[in-house]
Amino acid sequence: MPDKFTVEIISPDQTILKQETNEVIIPSFEGQMGILNNHIPLITFLRPGIITIKAEGEKRYYVEEGTVEFSNNNLLILTSTAIDLVNLDKSKINELLQKAEVNLNNQSTDKERYIASYKLETLKEISQ
Amino acid sequence: MLSLDDLKKRIKSVKSTQKITKAMKMVAAAKLRKAQESAEKGRPYSQKMQNIILNLTKSINDPQNAPKLLVGTGEDKKYLCVVLTADRGLCGGFNSNICKLAKTNFKEILGEGKELNIITVGSKGYDQIKREYGKYVIKRFSFKDKKNISFNEADEVGKEIISLFNQNKFDKCIIFYNNFKNVITQIPQAQQIIPAETKNLKEINDKNFTYEFEPEEDEILEDLLPKNISTQVFKALLENAASEQGSRMTAMDNATRNAGDLVDKLTIDYNRSRQASITKELIEIISGAESL
Repeated sequence: MPDKFTVEIISPDQTILKQETNEVIIPSFEGQMGILNNHIPLITFLRPGIITIKAEGEKRYYVEEGTVEFSNNNLLILTSTAIDLVNLDKSKINELLQKAEVNLNNQSTDKERYIASYKLETLKEISQ
Repeated sequence: MLSLDDLKKRIKSVKSTQKITKAMKMVAAAKLRKAQESAEKGRPYSQKMQNIILNLTKSINDPQNAPKLLVGTGEDKKYLCVVLTADRGLCGGFNSNICKLAKTNFKEILGEGKELNIITVGSKGYDQIKREYGKYVIKRFSFKDKKNISFNEADEVGKEIISLFNQNKFDKCIIFYNNFKNVITQIPQAQQIIPAETKNLKEINDKNFTYEFEPEEDEILEDLLPKNISTQVFKALLENAASEQGSRMTAMDNATRNAGDLVDKLTIDYNRSRQASITKELIEIISGAESL
């Protein structure tokens, strides 16, 4: 199909995912961003959120940070914290949630607070 | 000439040494497979990271204001050398090869009258360096108790490097590690990570894109560069882990073979001197019988 492109999620120790897809939604630093094929070359980084990959089925990954590059119909996501939502159970979420809550109050700069608040929000969203 | 009993003891002890080296070889072979796999899996991440940085660098119009981590401080006076070695010995020339390369570099740096600081990762490296360059070592890392190297360890080292850089402790940072080529060949390498070396990358990637950046280039770079330092350290650690096992495997294989040769030689000696003593006894009996 012509309207497809490749998406790769790579973490420092392995390639988590490489597949064809129609659409990917990423939590970019300045807001949610939907990417279709033939997108303009792009480099950006992520805030905590959920990456949604729409192909035949839908895949969702929780990320805390990362770097994204799109070029030649190839979407590259470099992150050290991508977790498939299927593998994320309730107790793990709650654990992360508690850490995030503590963390939010300890941030000094606006940018850190911004990132921490998104982390908390995302985790709350998943836990529902 | 050793007595028969002594020879017997020697043979026995060489044989048990051989058993140990053989076992170590097998263990190293099993670990090697795992280490090699993770080194290979880790390569795409660091390569792609370098690529992105390269693309970003190309689109920077104003090198004066570019982040210092990328272009350096503009000076060339103080050096930080990070020497990555193993925590365990008995792996052939693995540790000494890195140290040899590092020491040649130290000599050069000091010879040019520049300031030198050293960070060692892995206890074996420190042991070999401390005699000559002990006073330059400012920090030591050892991940002896960790079974597998994860990104966290690399991040620890990376953060230390960056905080030193921010305190203006050095202008250039070089890391020393063994690049894993294959089981028999590991190449000791010196890689400069601050300022980022982009020369050799340019040939590979010469596409001309105009990227859209979100947010601005320098903001992305600021986020990415520290991450890249840790990534490079992590890559070096993984390569090192694979090299260590590969090197140990070859070393132990050689040791096993040498022990085998030694056993053969000692067995011949043993048989010969046993035969000699039998012959001597026979001669004594015969000459004793003759004299009657």
